[in-house]
Amino acid sequence: MLETIWFILWGVLWAIYFILDGFDLGLGSLMPFLAKTDDDRRTLYSAMAPFWDGNEVWLITAGGVTFAAFPGTYAVMFSALYTPLMILLFALILRAVAFEFREQIASPSWKRLWDCCLFLGSLVPALLLGVAFANLFKGIPIDSQGTYKGTLFTLLNPYGLLGGILFVLLFAHHGSLWLCIRTEGSIKERGALWAKRLWPLAVVFAAFFLLASAWATDLYANYIKFPFLFILPGLAVVGLVGSRLEAARGNWWKAWGASGITIFAATLFGVGGMYPRMIPSSLDPSFSLTIYNASSSALTLTIMLGVALVFVPIVVFYQVWVYKVFATRMRPNEGGVKEGLY
Amino acid sequence: MDTLLLSRLQFAVATYFHFLFVPLTLGLSILIAIMETLYVRKKDPQYLQMAKFWGRIFLINFVVGVVTGITLEFQFGTNWAGYSKYVGDVFGSLLAIEATAAFFLESTFIAVWAFGWNRLSAKAHALSIWLVAFASNLSALWILIANSWMQSPVGYVLREGRAELSNFLEVVTQKYAWLTILHTLAAAYILTGFFVMGASAYHLLRRQNLGFFTKSFRMGLTMALLFSFFEIVEGHLHGADLAEKQPTKLAALEALWETQPRAPIYIVAFPSPSNDGNIIQWGKIPSAMSLLAHHDPEKPVKGLLDFPKEDRPPVLLTFLSFRLMVILGLIFCVLTLWGWIKRNRLNESRFYLRVMMWAIPLPYLACALGWTVAEVGRQPWIVYGLMRTKDAVSPIATSQVAVTLIAFILLYTILGILAFWLMAKHIARGPEPAQAKL
Repeated sequence: MLETIWFILWGVLWAIYFILDGFDLGLGSLMPFLAKTDDDRRTLYSAMAPFWDGNEVWLITAGGVTFAAFPGTYAVMFSALYTPLMILLFALILRAVAFEFREQIASPSWKRLWDCCLFLGSLVPALLLGVAFANLFKGIPIDSQGTYKGTLFTLLNPYGLLGGILFVLLFAHHGSLWLCIRTEGSIKERGALWAKRLWPLAVVFAAFFLLASAWATDLYANYIKFPFLFILPGLAVVGLVGSRLEAARGNWWKAWGASGITIFAATLFGVGGMYPRMIPSSLDPSFSLTIYNASSSALTLTIMLGVALVFVPIVVFYQVWVYKVFATRMRPNEGGVKEGLY
Repeated sequence: MDTLLLSRLQFAVATYFHFLFVPLTLGLSILIAIMETLYVRKKDPQYLQMAKFWGRIFLINFVVGVVTGITLEFQFGTNWAGYSKYVGDVFGSLLAIEATAAFFLESTFIAVWAFGWNRLSAKAHALSIWLVAFASNLSALWILIANSWMQSPVGYVLREGRAELSNFLEVVTQKYAWLTILHTLAAAYILTGFFVMGASAYHLLRRQNLGFFTKSFRMGLTMALLFSFFEIVEGHLHGADLAEKQPTKLAALEALWETQPRAPIYIVAFPSPSNDGNIIQWGKIPSAMSLLAHHDPEKPVKGLLDFPKEDRPPVLLTFLSFRLMVILGLIFCVLTLWGWIKRNRLNESRFYLRVMMWAIPLPYLACALGWTVAEVGRQPWIVYGLMRTKDAVSPIATSQVAVTLIAFILLYTILGILAFWLMAKHIARGPEPAQAKL
């Protein structure tokens, strides 16, 4: 029971991370297309600047919770995915530093350097997170000791890449909607245009992914066993449709929320299909890591559940407050430069 | 070069680099919070100017500290899978608590502070930096509790081939952890004090913004003075605690090889690289070690020869790091006391100011040495007495680690140079003109 609760929490924490950092990563990956002038670029940074750090902590929490509740999974997941994970971390470092360093020197080539870091530091993590999770859904070659028997290229299989592209598209769509929330004028119009352009692509790739999951994974076994789980892919579809409809009406917050639901449901679609496995082995099903053979002791799970039940609501409370105070529409050229210390 | 050695080097690079930025975050957040509170109380715009000037430097330092911390958390999984599996039940939960209880607070409110100048009342704004200061120190507390468990594992049972938590309270409240916390936080506050004094000295020497930098200097001085002396007493208690918890580390600190009553300390010693004795030892102070370890000149202290060779830490490195750290600690006392005497005529004390400007790197060095003592002195164990470092490493290809180690070194070198260069640039530029808007 405890293991199941923690499994759900584990999936939910990763999904929250994808929703929140998803729009930052998406916006960063779209920067070359959305921002034409230096003012545009500064606006784009300012649209995310007060939030990215708080958002990234959800990754640390998701990682920390994996360590605390499922140390077996943590050990195998991170050592098997060694190279992609390291690339992900280096990319996130470059992205974070870009926010802080860009405005420090007024030279165009200095700014170009950090713009480039922001772009790669956003696109690469979005892609790798998608590749990594699609591979977890599918199973990776681990032996009975949890030792990874593949290479980096094992992960770059068609299904993994499909997951990566889907993440990039969903995040970019999510990010362009965020830009519409926070800006006005020509940059907002470009945001709306890109949201409109990306939407059909996201739909096509989401459909591909759902179909390919039937062929490349056995996620649907759980769906046949527990049909109520179909609510998850259903929710993803509802979110996608909803975000398009609300965007057409100019309700950007609602459109963004709906796209967040899509990301959330898409993540939990795979997580729900894996239960009770956490890292299925593609070599032999009996080598798979499950919530039973990879979890912590009942005492640790209980203590951590207490910690999560107390602190996660507090965190959500003050982060919602921060969004309320800071996620207002910026006037044209207001930029972060004129606000605060940046 | 094998996966083990490369992974150890990689962890060392990542930790030393991370800790170049952590101490200033811990201490400067408190100083900025005090400055801003003084502004709110006294309405003196100079305090606001101070909070903003030091705040800019703080933010540059902060972001590099944050991003390099993330790689550390994940390295336990990537490079130390054996360790993670074996002790994750105890250790993982401490890291997860740190993230949920402290790191969220810190990362969320640093943005509130940086971007909230025009959105919050002066009081709410000051509160946001207090929350950052509180959360970053709380964050350090949890990480150090986790590290202390590696040094002195308590509150666990061995079950199903791994260490499982049996008493959470014991893990959190053990003396070793609290001594480590006090020691590390005090070191961070000393470093912050020296940083602020050194940066202020630069301007005082140029006779620029005298009022602003005299005030800043004195705040740094007060912080560094208090904690330099605190650290001597605390460090002694910490060392004495080792006699019970980590006898091999204690013996390595003073290069004591033979178990003896009235155990001495040698003023000059040099342990042999073959790890079985001292090449040089001179200036015997009888009973000094017994007194320090047991507060009793007669009581024997265990020497390293009593432990099998495979259980001894690399004595040379541990011993030299410890000696140098202690000498630096004493220098900090002298420099801060000197400053206290000169506190009312800092401007005329040009020699002292010059010394303090060049003293900025010393606490950084002391911190790095302190971690060397803690981590190298714990070897060959990753968890003292429970798990050896060589059994903890991940089953990953050596080439993978070699590539990422090189990437770490390159990326971190560039980042480090840029960060310190930008901080130096801000310091040299001096504060923006005061403005009493808020």
